[in-house]
This record gives sequence, C-alpha cells and structure tokens, in this order.
Amino acid sequence: MGKLDGKVAVITGAASGIGRASAIRFAGEGAAVVIADLNSEGGEAAVRDCKEHGGRAVFQKTDVASEPEVKGLVDRAVKEFGRLDVIFNNAGLGGAVGTIEEITGDNWDRTLAILLKSVFLGMKYSVPEMRKLGGGSIISTASVAGLAGGRGPHAYSAAKAAVVNLTRSVALEVGKDRIRVNCICPGGINTPLIYNRLPGGRQVGEQFLAQLQAIPRAGHAEDIAAMALFLASDDSEWVTGQAMVVDGGLTAGGRLFGQDQQQRPTIPGGFAGPSFEKN
Amino acid sequence: MGKLDGKVAVITGAASGMGRASAIRFAREGAAVIVTDLNEEGGSGTVAECKTLGGKAVFQRVDVSSEADIKGAVDRAVKEFGRLDIMFNNAGLGGATGPLEKVTRENWDRTMAILLGAVFLGIKYSVPELRKVGGGSIISTSSVGGLRGSGYLAAYCAAKAAVINLTQSAAIEYGHDHIRVNCICPGGVNTPLIYAGSKGGYEEAEKNMARMQPIPRAGRPEDIANMALFLASDEAEWITGTAMVVDGGMNTGNARFRLSNLANAGFSGPSYTRGS
Repeated sequence: MGKLDGKVAVITGAASGIGRASAIRFAGEGAAVVIADLNSEGGEAAVRDCKEHGGRAVFQKTDVASEPEVKGLVDRAVKEFGRLDVIFNNAGLGGAVGTIEEITGDNWDRTLAILLKSVFLGMKYSVPEMRKLGGGSIISTASVAGLAGGRGPHAYSAAKAAVVNLTRSVALEVGKDRIRVNCICPGGINTPLIYNRLPGGRQVGEQFLAQLQAIPRAGHAEDIAAMALFLASDDSEWVTGQAMVVDGGLTAGGRLFGQDQQQRPTIPGGFAGPSFEKN
Repeated sequence: MGKLDGKVAVITGAASGMGRASAIRFAREGAAVIVTDLNEEGGSGTVAECKTLGGKAVFQRVDVSSEADIKGAVDRAVKEFGRLDIMFNNAGLGGATGPLEKVTRENWDRTMAILLGAVFLGIKYSVPELRKVGGGSIISTSSVGGLRGSGYLAAYCAAKAAVINLTQSAAIEYGHDHIRVNCICPGGVNTPLIYAGSKGGYEEAEKNMARMQPIPRAGRPEDIANMALFLASDEAEWITGTAMVVDGGMNTGNARFRLSNLANAGFSGPSYTRGS
C-alpha cells in the first residue's frame, strides 16, 4: 500500500537532484510519474530508477519556460496515465548572478521565466485537470532565499519570493475545488546545482553545507522528497497556501551575539545555468 | 513496518482532540505512547484505543503546569519503555479571554503556565533523554493565533507566539545533538475544546468552521496528527525550528480583494487607460 497509489504526478527538473529524488520516492509509493527535464540523459536515467523501484514513469523533454511545452507535459500525463493528481514545479537554476549593476536585463528575464513563469504555467495547466478529479496537489520548489534577503542571488531570491506569494494567492482561489497549493523552501541541499559549481565538488559541498545550520549535516535531495511526498499525499489534505521550510534550522535564527562568520566559497558573476550544463 | 517502530513518545493533552488522534496514529505506526492528561477517563479511553490497534500505551495523569508532573511523564517513559524519542507538548485550553483590561493577572499567569511554561518544561526534561539516544523530535502545538494577533484572545495568542519563538531558539541550541524542535500551527480544528463551547455542538461547529478557510471543510484532529507523525518520523530528519501551519489555507491571506469578481479575465492597465 503506497501513499500515492493510483495517483499520477508530473515533476519538472526530475533528471537530477531534488526532482529526481522525488520522482523515485513518488514511484516507490505507487504513483505514475512523468519525468520532465531539458536533460534527456538524466531524465531517461530517472525513468529507469523509478521502474527499479516498481513504479511507472515516462520521460518528456520540457523547457519549463515554454508555454506549449508545459501544456504538452500536462497533456502527456493525461494521455499516458489518464489523469493528473500532482504537479511538482521544481525545475530551477541559479540564474543571473553578480551585483545588481552587473545583472543584464536579458539574464533577469531568463531567470524569472525559468523560476517563476514556469510555476505559473504549471499551475495554469494543471488546475483544470485536477478539478476534473475533485482535487489535487500543486507543489513548487521555492527556497529559503525567498523568505529573506542575502540567501541567494538577487534575481533568484526575488523569483523564489514570488513563488511563495503566488502559492498563497492561488491557494485562496482553488481551495474550494480541493486543489491544494504549497511550496517547499529548501535550505542548503547538496545537489548537482550546488556542487557542480564548487571547487572540490560533492565532498566539499557536503562539508561546507554541514556548517550552515543547526543540524550539522548538509541537506540531501531525499529530505525535500520526503516533504514533497507528504504534500502530494492525502496526509496533507488540509494543508494549503504554505511555504514549508526544510532547512535543518537555517532560518530559525542564529546566535545573536558572537555568531561565527562562515567561510563562503565565492561564485563568479554571470549566469548560473541548469545543473547539467558545464560552467 | 511502521514509521515509528521502536520509538517511544510522550503526548500531553492526549485524552481528546489532536492529542488523542496523534496517540492513536503514533501507536498504529509502531510507537509506544505515554498518554498524559488531567482527564483520566478520556486518557484511559485513548490507551484502550491504542491497544485495540495493536499498539503499546500507558496513561499518566499530568498537570502540564507542574514541573514535577512533566518530569514524571518523561521518567515514566524511560521506566516503562526504556527510552524517549518523541515529546509532543500538546495540552492546551483557551485560557484568559475577553478584553485585555478585564483579564486578571491570575488568569494571565495560569494561561502562560499551561500554554507556554508547559512547553518549556517538556523541552527541558526531554532533551537529556533524547540526547542519550542520539537525537529525537520535540513537537509542540502552537496555533495560527501565534502568527497574528486576535481580539479578546490576547493571552492565548501571546503564549502561542512565544511557543514558536521558543521552538526556534531550542532548535538552534540542540541541532548539533540531532534533536529536532518544531511546532504545529493548527487553524480551525473541530475538537472538544471548540465544540464543547458551541451551542449546536459538534455538528454546528463543523458547519461554521467549514467556511473559515479556502478548503471548504472544518479541520479534523487527524489533519494535525498527520503532521505530528511526519515531524515525529525520520522523514523529517532535516526539519527543525519550523512552525508548520495546518489550517486549510486560513492564514494564507484574506480574499477580500477579489479580482475574480471582475467580469472578464484580461489585463488591468495603467490608470490613464479606459477599461475595455
């Protein structure tokens, strides 16, 4: 008896990191999963992972900033598995990085298209399908960077804050249809998006991220997948409009006096693309 | 395979409502539960129900405003089941109500002792035991009333806000011991605390409370028990210092400004243009 038996889920950015861990978890709990990503190789591998866990899964190459592609993704779920119960708008990247003066208008727009417009599109096209079933669960990946300043690049932080508020706004509108809308605010999770850009890779990411928050270990994609599963399942039937923080205590506060200054690796200015792209 | 196999939990206020639903949920997932309450009859009922579902449970009469009683509840868990993994500080009441100028100092103090002092004591006495087993989960019941003010319920709201901040402080202090500290902010959940005071009882409250939030039904103790189970389990191993809101969307915002009331979807332009 899985927690998602009979349900159909779409997950964007599911070729790696949080999306892939969630796809595997959902499949293991009985869901049929449509794996969406720009990265076909990783996406096909995620499909194989899901099948190994006894689940059903298909890959659909998707650019989440493209309206026809997000629509096509929802259509694929219905065509392939007959319905849509859960959409997890998860795909992301670092986007425009650098000082406010360095960020170009183009990079700003690309960042907002991928991090925010994609979430709008995911909601827009999934709501009618969920309404047909008498309800559903929309989950999006926001970030602790969306809750306060200084936790991410400017454009990224602004887009993630917008995801939090879009979540609330839409939750108010579709609650009557029993469609729940929530987002997750991960803290420092050691995914390829992070460690691909660190000198030293995964191991250094693990060590660096272990010092950021109260719980002395880096966050793992599975920590977020566990929350996504809770939000996707009927266990959270009365939870909507929330930004669920999964951050090992990062945003709970710090020592007000004498707080240690962490040694932070520096990330060069420019545009931080999706995790499968080389710098 | 239960989600709490081998774990031992103390739950206060477990004779009814959210505490009882959580005790039953925890027991079904394999936990041994110390059911505590002032209400012995209800508490024994909870124990019986836990056992019917194949779980282990014992009742301990506890006044959560008594330091000796809270310490006794933790000691009982260790004596009876050998360890403590989960402390759910849940017992509550409405406390001092009415206009602030009419609230007596005595009622203020009682409210704080039961809603806030009890959480402090629960944390204080469970931490050493949780540390011994290499970590654990402390959960407390706060409220959406702790996120915003409310007229005529100031003591309750102030205490619940303090529970959130105490949760954050304790989370920072004990994260390195892998002790996680979180609270839950329920919205309008139809428990005896609510419907016992409502004229039409459970049914009437159910109807009224269905209209209080975007999801058109009253909250149920089981909604909170589900979140408590998630926080108690290893699924939430990296979650600490949070206030998890379970309110059907009540606190998400107010829908007073309904743009959907505009007849047609479209685009609302700058003020100098005419609407089409």
